[in-house]
Amino acid sequence: MEFPIASPPYVVAGFSVQRVMLQVLFALIPVATVQLWLYGPGTLRLLAVAAITALACEGLALRLRGQPPQAFLCDGSVLVTAALLALSLPSSLPWYLAAFGTAVAVLLGKHAYGGLGQNPFNPAMVGYAVLVVSFPLEMTGWSAPGAGWDALTGATALDALRNGLRESYTIEEIRRGAEFGGIGAADGEWVNLAALAGGLYLLARRIVRWQIPVAMLFGIALPAALAHGLDPGAHAGAAFHLASGATMLGAFFIATDPVSAATSDRARLVYGAGIGLLTWIIRSFGSYPDGVAFAVLLMNLVVPLIDRVTVPRIHGHQKS
Amino acid sequence: MSARPVMRGGLRLDGHKSRPLEHPLIRAAPPRVALLALDQGSGEDAEPLVAAGTAVRVGTRVAAGRVSSVDLHSPVSGVVRELALLPTPQGMGRCLVIDGDGRDEPDPALAPLDWQALDSADLIERLATGGIAGLGGAAFPAAAKLGLGREAGVDRLLLNGAECEPWICCDDALMRERAAQVVTGAKVMLAACGAERGTIAVEDDKPQAITALAAAIASCGDDRIEVIALPSVFPLGAEGPLIAAVTGREVPHDGLPPQVGVVCQNVGTAAAVARLVSDGMPCVSRIVTVTGSGVRRPANVEARIGTPIAELVAACDGYADDPSPRYLIAGGSLTGRALATDTAGLTKGLNCVLVATEGDLQPRGVEMPCIRCGDCATVCPAGLLPQQLHRAARSDDADGLVRLGLADCIECGCCDYVCPSAIPLTSRFRVARERRRRHEEERRRAAEARVRHERHQQRLAAESERERQAFEDARRRARGGTAPSEPRPDASRGPDTD
Repeated sequence: MEFPIASPPYVVAGFSVQRVMLQVLFALIPVATVQLWLYGPGTLRLLAVAAITALACEGLALRLRGQPPQAFLCDGSVLVTAALLALSLPSSLPWYLAAFGTAVAVLLGKHAYGGLGQNPFNPAMVGYAVLVVSFPLEMTGWSAPGAGWDALTGATALDALRNGLRESYTIEEIRRGAEFGGIGAADGEWVNLAALAGGLYLLARRIVRWQIPVAMLFGIALPAALAHGLDPGAHAGAAFHLASGATMLGAFFIATDPVSAATSDRARLVYGAGIGLLTWIIRSFGSYPDGVAFAVLLMNLVVPLIDRVTVPRIHGHQKS
Repeated sequence: MSARPVMRGGLRLDGHKSRPLEHPLIRAAPPRVALLALDQGSGEDAEPLVAAGTAVRVGTRVAAGRVSSVDLHSPVSGVVRELALLPTPQGMGRCLVIDGDGRDEPDPALAPLDWQALDSADLIERLATGGIAGLGGAAFPAAAKLGLGREAGVDRLLLNGAECEPWICCDDALMRERAAQVVTGAKVMLAACGAERGTIAVEDDKPQAITALAAAIASCGDDRIEVIALPSVFPLGAEGPLIAAVTGREVPHDGLPPQVGVVCQNVGTAAAVARLVSDGMPCVSRIVTVTGSGVRRPANVEARIGTPIAELVAACDGYADDPSPRYLIAGGSLTGRALATDTAGLTKGLNCVLVATEGDLQPRGVEMPCIRCGDCATVCPAGLLPQQLHRAARSDDADGLVRLGLADCIECGCCDYVCPSAIPLTSRFRVARERRRRHEEERRRAAEARVRHERHQQRLAAESERERQAFEDARRRARGGTAPSEPRPDASRGPDTD
């Protein structure tokens, strides 16, 4: 009998990029739900605008690059980018800015470098950074929590904290403001809780491994606790930082983007810790309210170096 | 007998081993025509010693081993027909074709070996004449390994009964049914290599094999030999990971197991040694798993080396009609080789014939770009970063390939298995390795060619100098001048300076 030839192995686990991305989208549902509940339909509007823009840009870029559109459009990675960006934006942001940010993320953040798997920077964070630098006013006016369907814009807890500290209020005074909840930001607590839930799901499904999220959370919590311990009047504590801003979304969904993250386990610990530390530094001393996006982009820059110095020892080789 | 924590990476896979083990192993009839590949799986041909027409019996030596090949013995009694280029489990290779006469008479010169009376060097020499190759798959001469171990003064003999790859269960069958043979082989090998301790390592998905071995050890009363259970993880049965798991020692990347005091042999090899000493019969048969949904009755088959694969399948009631076979794989589903035909003869290195249907395998999907998820690094037993290695291979970055350990890849296929982007990583590494090898070869040849060219130029120059001399001398003689033997002051100058 005659048989065809093939190369081993002849079995695979059947994981696919598409399945990974769909799981990530699924895990984002709690965050989207909480945001919808807190900020009203603006959240849905942003998600829709971002998704449509992202798919259109992806299709266009694939066409221009002469790539088969089908396989890549269906991989779902561009939808993850769109969702992460949309969920990071203030719900009152005009739709055209959301579209602009998404286009920047997909076209410049991803396809300018060669598309899926090639981008050195997290595309969603590229889009976010461009928006926050270009349209600071629109980007910092979050809907006041609880304002519901007719959104009022107000400052976020991290904003209020920064401004309060600048005006020499103590943390204790500042935290009596309406922006604050029991632990962190009034709204942020819920968003972070939802992101944590989604993140734990990803961990359980092994879509995400623990190194980056855990390292990043420690990277924020340790310096925050230390600074708070030294000067409780001038620095918010670890719990506040963990429950505010984009901490959990960043730790489980943004920093864990495998393409722009470091690769080996050890490298990922360094990478995650770096993002955490930079986030805390930017929040505490920088002039932007939240530091996750910039921290991620800065650590993206260092990934090649981290990867190079953390190459694991190969079996049978001495430690060099 | 406890499970130990063990290996970096690896996969826990569905073993697919139960069906051939439902019944005892079966014996295939000696083949009418034996196709004895000179390369039994180690990558080197043995030197044929017989010509067409030579009469042989079972066990008659027909080819001599070289460095990594073993002696070959006729698996049938009959007449050598020819030396031909034929399909083998490795692809194509030179094979001795021996027509059997159906009488199956053993060579009268064969005699049992009083191994206890021999010193280790003589014992190893005698074992070398038995043509015993590593039956785990590598087919490297067992005696040579024992010899290296003896020279290095190893303290441990490790018998590999892990059998970690899905579908393959010939060692399991052997250990269940012939545990005493394995233990006897272990004793002989201990004597040969001088180790103080023999450890038979078996994965814990083979409780019956472990029980049988423990009983055999107890009944022979040799307390130097032990059996240990290892977790069932692929590829724990690979030599490097196994040695590390059992002894905690790592074989250096540029070294061999004896350097860390270990000789590692397959349990099947030990049984072959036992047969050699007990009745003098060299390695002319082995147990091979014939399995997959594409055969009617999957079984472990004891068959003569050189038995065509089609006959092995026939011994298992033939190919199934529905579902029909899709691939014929020599080996398991992760590292086996897909064969184009079923005509190849059984070799010492062939442990499994997997007749796979569509449903037995999970083909990979459309290849996508690497998303650097790092799952490949998590499962790599060698501690490599396959995704970075892949990038280096794509750009043919020689330094990167060396630094990232291309040479340390054991081609187990774990990275392929988990890759969500369906990248054929192992094939790429194999190709990259081959390309590096060829590149080195070319460089070496180029260097040789340059030397040859330079020497050629020197010879040409010397020749033209001689001709010039001869011409000068002739001219001088014609003029009736000085004697030709007398050196002239301008002899070293070029011809046109005259």
